[in-house]
Amino acid sequence: MFRQTLFRHLSRPLPRLLSTQPSAAFAPAAPTSRFAGVPQGPEDAILGVTVAFNADPNPNKINLGVGAYRDDVGLPFVLSPVREAERRIVHAQHHMEYLPVAGSRTFVDKAIRLAYGEHNHHVKTGQVASMQTLSGTGACRMAGVLIQRFLPALDDGPRDESPLVLLPNPSWANHAAIFRDSGCTVGQYKYYDPATKSLDFEGCVSSLEDAPDGSVVLLHACAHNPTGVDPTPEQWAKLSAVLKEKRHQPFFDMAYQGFTSGDMEVDAASVRRFVDDGHRIVLAQSFSKNFGLYGQRVGCLSVLTDSQEEALAVDSQLKIIARPMYSNPPIAGVRIVEEVLSDPELERQWRMEMKGMAERIISMRTMLKGYLEELGSVQNWDHITNQNGMFCFSGISKEQVAKLRDEHSVYLTENGRISMAGVTSQNVGYLANAVHKVTM
Amino acid sequence: MSSIFSSVPTAPPDAILGLTAQFRADPDPRKVNLGVGAFRTSSNKPYVLPVVRRVEQQLADDPSATHEYLPQDGLQSFCDASARLILGADSPALADGRVTTVQALSGTGALRVGFAFVANFISSSTSVYVPKQTWSNHRNVIPAAGLPRALEYRYLDPRTGAVDIAALVEDLDKAPAGSIILLHGCAHNPTGADPTQPQWLQILDVVKRRKLVPFFDNAYQGFASGSLETDAWSVRTFVAAGLDMLVAQSYAKNMGMYGERVGALSVVASSAGAEDAVRSQLKATIRAMYSSPPKHGAMVAAAILGDEKLFAEWEGELVKMSARIMDMRVKLKAALEKNATPGNWDRITSQIGMFSYTGLTSQQVTFMREKYHVYMTANGRISMAGLTDDTVQYVADAMKDAVESVVKQD
Repeated sequence: MFRQTLFRHLSRPLPRLLSTQPSAAFAPAAPTSRFAGVPQGPEDAILGVTVAFNADPNPNKINLGVGAYRDDVGLPFVLSPVREAERRIVHAQHHMEYLPVAGSRTFVDKAIRLAYGEHNHHVKTGQVASMQTLSGTGACRMAGVLIQRFLPALDDGPRDESPLVLLPNPSWANHAAIFRDSGCTVGQYKYYDPATKSLDFEGCVSSLEDAPDGSVVLLHACAHNPTGVDPTPEQWAKLSAVLKEKRHQPFFDMAYQGFTSGDMEVDAASVRRFVDDGHRIVLAQSFSKNFGLYGQRVGCLSVLTDSQEEALAVDSQLKIIARPMYSNPPIAGVRIVEEVLSDPELERQWRMEMKGMAERIISMRTMLKGYLEELGSVQNWDHITNQNGMFCFSGISKEQVAKLRDEHSVYLTENGRISMAGVTSQNVGYLANAVHKVTM
Repeated sequence: MSSIFSSVPTAPPDAILGLTAQFRADPDPRKVNLGVGAFRTSSNKPYVLPVVRRVEQQLADDPSATHEYLPQDGLQSFCDASARLILGADSPALADGRVTTVQALSGTGALRVGFAFVANFISSSTSVYVPKQTWSNHRNVIPAAGLPRALEYRYLDPRTGAVDIAALVEDLDKAPAGSIILLHGCAHNPTGADPTQPQWLQILDVVKRRKLVPFFDNAYQGFASGSLETDAWSVRTFVAAGLDMLVAQSYAKNMGMYGERVGALSVVASSAGAEDAVRSQLKATIRAMYSSPPKHGAMVAAAILGDEKLFAEWEGELVKMSARIMDMRVKLKAALEKNATPGNWDRITSQIGMFSYTGLTSQQVTFMREKYHVYMTANGRISMAGLTDDTVQYVADAMKDAVESVVKQD
């Protein structure tokens, strides 16, 4: 709008000049700003889906791009113990003073106990470096910089100033950006098999075996994003052995503990398996989904160490990374988690409602697959119920995605990823019908 | 298997935060903490603004309130209001659409995203000049963002406790074109010495002459003088000159929302057209750091900034907080004159904001901590907010003893 104003002004006839180049007087002002040369960044694919969805007038439209849980009528869901905790917090009239650089100790202690279990040796003996982070992203970024600065060479020789971090193919789109901005080199290991819509286990193992010894390997603890494909317990055990043999550094990103199966212990099994096998893991935890605290940015980073001294040293370096990024982390979200976890009744409600969220997602998977089979689809839809967590890699092609959008007002990203949170008992029939039509 | 981090060295503790830890551990009942810059009431308690409490109650009572993700660039109503607050609602830059504002993790986050933007999209070899006396974290943020270590421009005249404008201008006159110049919008931390309005115009002059890019750090708008307008004068004057500049804002002190991490970064371009590209790259930088900013504090700030009554109430709070600080300045100066502490203590009242550079040497600072259990940072900076009517004379007496017993060494 302001640009139009500017051009209208410039297109008004100027007083006669003695200049022999009148056309120059009508040229728009050349940009003087040093920022004029900044290139436009790439479009956000998911945002594009949301924008198109919002603009669609079809009352039957479905948004399968949503990255947050929705209830069975498609609304955001605030857990009742979270609401109650907020009321209590406001009533308590706490101060708003700065947290320490590493965040709330109370929160971090609870977070690592949830992840590692109450009886973990490292946690009990203080052999774990840990800090509150800006959700899972913040934890990954802190870890990325820690790795870039301090990951030593495996054997004698100079250390790599840009250590290799291997991501599963595919992974959450933001992982690569986080580790690159941390100064690491990003690589991939085989993971998803589009032919079977499940884990390419042989490919995964061989690509990890082919990677240079001592690589950092990012693993999704459960509910792999974006595919929903998780290794079985036996496959996790084998992966643990491969990483041990290759002296790879396991880095778990756990964004869906409790949200996947409904049970915190079950969903942490991969993490605990690796810890039991002796790996000194790095772990990023998010409380966005399991507590529904998305926008409050609640997370935790932990690094298992061999001694308390080492934990303190790593803690000190993590603070050095955090202070020039944001000084200290936000207080509102962690207060809610602390309040819930310090009251047995609120904690019980949390576990119950978290289970409710997981069960709703699972039931939508069952219903969708069931309807597709009922409609007589000749495709194999087993992956809908085999995959875990919020997302389903449907195998729907790019062209079919476009048809779903244009002919049925069903919106999902080009890669065929469905957010099951967008599916409700009201719309699952319509969705199955639409999917069936475009995949016949 | 052993940990890969087994040979990580222990990093030195942060100077300011280490002081707080030491203070907490001190059992002496006379102890006074003049370290960390957080406001304290006259009973030496942390202070949550009543208007903030009221908004929090509203949010907690609102059944439609959710915790959904903010966009990467934050809460738009907050960003828009924040830009208007610092630039003025009638700012020519806003009217021209030359301002891109994103929510940030308080002032630190705004500085970090701003410097990272410069490093990635202007040049990673851009020189940054900070005042010789400046908040210690400035010198950490700049290289962490990917720029060369900060250079200095002279700032404080230690003899007067005021800005040494001749030296400042002389140093900026040597800065290469395109260098970033970090400026404290008001209430300079740590010295409390701000340029006068004529001195600001001299700074603007050299900035224009040398084609420098100002980056204003505004951590105290409204908190310094009690007036939001007055405290924004320097920023608005520079914006009116039509420059490329960056503007960081923090709501930690002026809204008392320290731990909520509420802030904003504005990129002001001298010509329109780049806003979309700038926003897209700021978002990309943010996305790889923390994806999106925390919601709670921004919701509170947006509510206050967007409602006439709440805003007026907030303005009243600013007057009260700044008045208490000024009251402590007046009383400390009077106490130092009353007990005939050697030296000229005019600076205590001519300086502004939370901090005062006492001129004490690090040896004198140590003396005050060890004998009197009065805590301040080694550079002699005291936080006026840490003083109360009960402690002012005690601190003045401790300062007198320090000045008389400990020969200036530093």
